[in-house]
Amino acid sequence: MSTASSPFSDSFNSQKGAPAAMSSSRPFYWSVQREFWEYRSLYVAPLAAASLFLFGFMISLIHLPARMRAAGVDPMQREFLGESENMAALLIMATTLIVALFYSLDALYGERRDRSILFWKSLPVSDLTTVLSKASIPIFILPLLTFAVTIALWILMVLLANAVLLATGMSVATAPPHSSFFQMSLGLLYHLMVVHGLFYAPFYGWLLLVSAWARRAAFLWAILPPFAIGIVEKIAFNTSYFASMLGYRFGGGAEDSNSKATGLAVLLMPHFTSDQLLFNPSLWTGLAVTTIFLAVAVRVRRNREPI
Amino acid sequence: MTVIEARGLRKSFGATIALDGIDLRIEEGRILGLIGPNGAGKSTALNAILGLIPYQGELRVLGRNPWSERDQLMRDVCFIADVAVLPRWIKVSQALDYVAGIHPRFDRAKAEAFLAKTTIRRTSKVRELSKGMVAQLHLAVVMAIDARLLVLDEPTLGLDILYRKQFYDSLLNDYFDRSRTIIVTTHQVEEIQNVLTDVMFIDRGRIVFGCSMEEFESRYLEVMVNPERLPAARQLKPIHERQVIGRSILLFDRVDRSQLTALGDVRTPSIADLFVAMLESKPPHQPAAPQGATV
Repeated sequence: MSTASSPFSDSFNSQKGAPAAMSSSRPFYWSVQREFWEYRSLYVAPLAAASLFLFGFMISLIHLPARMRAAGVDPMQREFLGESENMAALLIMATTLIVALFYSLDALYGERRDRSILFWKSLPVSDLTTVLSKASIPIFILPLLTFAVTIALWILMVLLANAVLLATGMSVATAPPHSSFFQMSLGLLYHLMVVHGLFYAPFYGWLLLVSAWARRAAFLWAILPPFAIGIVEKIAFNTSYFASMLGYRFGGGAEDSNSKATGLAVLLMPHFTSDQLLFNPSLWTGLAVTTIFLAVAVRVRRNREPI
Repeated sequence: MTVIEARGLRKSFGATIALDGIDLRIEEGRILGLIGPNGAGKSTALNAILGLIPYQGELRVLGRNPWSERDQLMRDVCFIADVAVLPRWIKVSQALDYVAGIHPRFDRAKAEAFLAKTTIRRTSKVRELSKGMVAQLHLAVVMAIDARLLVLDEPTLGLDILYRKQFYDSLLNDYFDRSRTIIVTTHQVEEIQNVLTDVMFIDRGRIVFGCSMEEFESRYLEVMVNPERLPAARQLKPIHERQVIGRSILLFDRVDRSQLTALGDVRTPSIADLFVAMLESKPPHQPAAPQGATV
């Protein structure tokens, strides 16, 4: 056995004939890796958004020294997070959110459409491992990836801005990034993990369930049932709890604050900490619902054949 | 050691009965050909054995319940089917990385060695390969897995004769040994007749016939009868009679070869001929004589 590319191969050589010893995390790791091979948009889209933004930002730098002089601001005092840094974060965040939603809707549908599901099922990977690895992409991995890309973009922006200022003879904050940089990074990470990952998890769970179940028109199956529930509720009881519940969840659980803070506003206002969200029962009921959706998706995938 | 054991295996899709109470027992080290017309239930039986569909009745594969233990079972079972296609987006190198990553019994060096004999490049995607090359790639992956049971469901469908021959040659020369078991279904029966150790006919969800190839060769004889000997030949109760270019070919079961040589040219029939003979001689909906089969 010479699995040159695998760091685990040595331990496996010694265990040949004892496959039960194979760690259960290995199929999971490779299943996640496989998703990135198949859905390259998972990382191409945020990188493209970041590049696009950087391109625009570089053009805007032409006017930076003039603006600085006009405003009379000492660059040392310049707040790390100006308008453009926020815009950058929002753009990448919105991109990965869209990618995450479309990925979830296709993850268990595509393998049936291209009939590769029988190949995957002919390998010793359980349906549970498969579904969990696919669910982990929007819930954990994309938020982390969004974070990494955003931070990299922020650092590039700061460096570029400083270079321009330096070239025009203005003084520059030479110290390593501001303390606000770390604060904002932490805030961003928290926001991505808690809101985009955990709080939105029921959306991803629902889409994965639909993608495992639908024989055709997965998109319609994803959209119409919630819509129908809302309509029926409106007609039957003249209420709209279901719709407002969805709105609340999509808004990142921010409707109870006085400001109309949405998921995006959380980032814009460092003082609005979504700390409470972790202790918000709706986060945990959402995760319970996600678990149910995923459990059903596992059972459905087990029964499903190529379309 | 018994590899597959089924008792009263049933499966229906709505009103259609795909498997109608199958009993079978397959021992280690056999190469079993599962022969039947379209819709006879071959693929359904294989899918049940592989844990891909739920079923009724008792079924043990390598001592496991395939439906509830599919993932563990697949460590010891490999599957190549015309329908179990490799994903078109995957690169050859990625396919090897992935299987090496998840399969405890995969020997990457073996797969690489097999691929080295082909023109498949590691950087190609499956969608860029011809159908024959995809089959080669799949075979390379499967042959590098130290499995105990290999299930082949129309593995060579749509391949030209050269690829088909290579496929079975590789399988026999580089893969098969007495500790492995292979089940194969195909419509190109003639090509695998000399590969098989056992044969089983399946029709309308039932096993209608099963025997080893040694038994097959000793039991069944086909005679091209000279016209003047035809009445005498018919006295010996052939199980089937057909006309080929004005001459009669009679198929006999358990008739002494010396008796037959007097009637005309004697030879071993092909599996396909026996299959046709058996299906034609059985009126529809009559319960088949041998209910189960052991090979």
